Amino acid sequence: MSNQSLINLAYLTASMLFIMAFKLMTGPRTAVRGNYLGAAGMAIAILAACFEKPVVLSLTTYGAWPLVMLGIAGVIGGVIGAVMAIKYPMTGMPQMVALLNGFGGAASTLVAGAELWNMTHNASSSDAVLMANSVRQLAPWTQFAIATALTGLIGAVTFWGSLVAFAKLEELKSFKKAWTHPLRHWINLCLAIATLCLIGAVCAYPDWTILFWLLVVVGSVLGCTLTLPIGGADMPVVICLLNSYSGLAAAAAGFVIDNSVLVIAGSLVGASGLILTAIMCKAMNRSLVGVLFGGLGTSTSTISDDSVYAGKIKSAGVEEIAMVLEGASRVVIVPGYGLAVAQAQHAVRELANALEKRGTTVEYAIHPVAGRMPGHMNVLLAEADIPYEKLREMDDINPTFPETDVAIVIGANDVVNPAARSDPKCPIAGMPILDVDKARTVIVVKRSLAPGFAGIPNPLFAADNTLMYFADGKKAILDLTAALEKA
Amino acid sequence: MPHLLLLPLFAVETEDPASQFIRLLTVFLLAMWVGFEVIMKVPQRLHTPLTSGSNAISGITVVGALVVAGALSSGFGTLLGLLAVVLAMINVVGGFVVTHRMLAMFSPKKK
Repeated sequence: MSNQSLINLAYLTASMLFIMAFKLMTGPRTAVRGNYLGAAGMAIAILAACFEKPVVLSLTTYGAWPLVMLGIAGVIGGVIGAVMAIKYPMTGMPQMVALLNGFGGAASTLVAGAELWNMTHNASSSDAVLMANSVRQLAPWTQFAIATALTGLIGAVTFWGSLVAFAKLEELKSFKKAWTHPLRHWINLCLAIATLCLIGAVCAYPDWTILFWLLVVVGSVLGCTLTLPIGGADMPVVICLLNSYSGLAAAAAGFVIDNSVLVIAGSLVGASGLILTAIMCKAMNRSLVGVLFGGLGTSTSTISDDSVYAGKIKSAGVEEIAMVLEGASRVVIVPGYGLAVAQAQHAVRELANALEKRGTTVEYAIHPVAGRMPGHMNVLLAEADIPYEKLREMDDINPTFPETDVAIVIGANDVVNPAARSDPKCPIAGMPILDVDKARTVIVVKRSLAPGFAGIPNPLFAADNTLMYFADGKKAILDLTAALEKA
Repeated sequence: MPHLLLLPLFAVETEDPASQFIRLLTVFLLAMWVGFEVIMKVPQRLHTPLTSGSNAISGITVVGALVVAGALSSGFGTLLGLLAVVLAMINVVGGFVVTHRMLAMFSPKKK
């Protein structure tokens, strides 16, 4: 068997391991093993890459130092990655994933750029060995030229898009407000046209490397202008989409260097990201185009806050709410992004403990887009040692709300807004929501009556069976737990 | 020119570009299909680890980075390649470690 066959066999093994890794992700018990298999596949692929022909050729020419260099670069990256992953607080997961994702995209762009550089410069080099290394001719409109252009573009969009997403999730000051310049659609259109022209140019003249880098620059700007207008609640969609892009960039890089493991792993990730994007969009009842280009319909609803809230809000204190909870036999807690902001997950766990000690059943209703990334609330509550079995998905728990004594809404707003069901004109009309209003009593823990991300008033707050508890999420829950334990 | 002797060794290119493209396209589409089939079955509550796990796997581009960085080149190409290795390794290691941390929280606590 030739050397190359062995390398390809190793790549095949790695690809199978990746597929198994995804397969094992379907259950919480097997997912840990899945992650190990994925890592093992990656290790095998990396090892095999060190025996690739171009690497071996340069080893025989220059001695061991190219390998040493690769090793040093790999270790530097690995250590940075590990330190980031271990040090970053668990609540910052969405931005951490966004950042890592961006690095993957940037790496793909650089791979394409480096390969293009090697091809153009080695072919014209006087060194015979260098020439031998680039036997593939650099011809226009080949798969190489097209794939290089696409890798450069997608990678650049991924990198800058992810950086902007990171800045938004990290809530850096200058990124807090969504960028809604009236001309942004025209700017994006111009950038898109420039992108198409440059892709054509790179394909027609692949040996002009400057065109490639120009494309990367335009892609970078596009990555920013596409992500900047997207607001906080749409972040789960963006994270999924960028994840998908980074996979597609890796797959395109596989076309550039003719490597099947890149294509397989890249397309698996691409598929996973696309599916999650579709799920998130469906959960918000928005089209992907709407999320990407719409921004959020700036309060087209004609209902004013006053007409909904005036005179109907019932505010309650700790004692009153503790009394309601004392009599409850079934309580459902509905967490939202506010819970993550207030860092109240451990407090919630204590409240649940106090309730369970009194014989109350406590469950958690998780809306698919609660939080800032897919499954965000699950991770947050799992961090507070809340058993996995008690976290119920929307379709699963909605029918049980009529039998629920108390629903406690903490830091959620739009995902429990009954207007989505009743008012066909509101921006979130038709969005599947958690039917908390059907519970006997609803307690809403919130700092103020400020609207949620959709910018519309929430009739739930004014409903007859709703008690508002105005306070910071964490303090409110701690006080409540204390009052309940005294009683 | 002893280097020239190496030429025939690497000049054996049997596959024409079009069939090479179709081979990779086949792999791409089939892998997409498998991806769709497998990932459809991941429950909602595991979506965060799925996102970060697939994120780690998208770091596979490190293979490409190693190949281009290790190849004989006239300086700049190697530099780009090495930078790509660093970035891709951050993605790979960071991704797997984050996913592990997350999954560790989901597993039942042994006390």
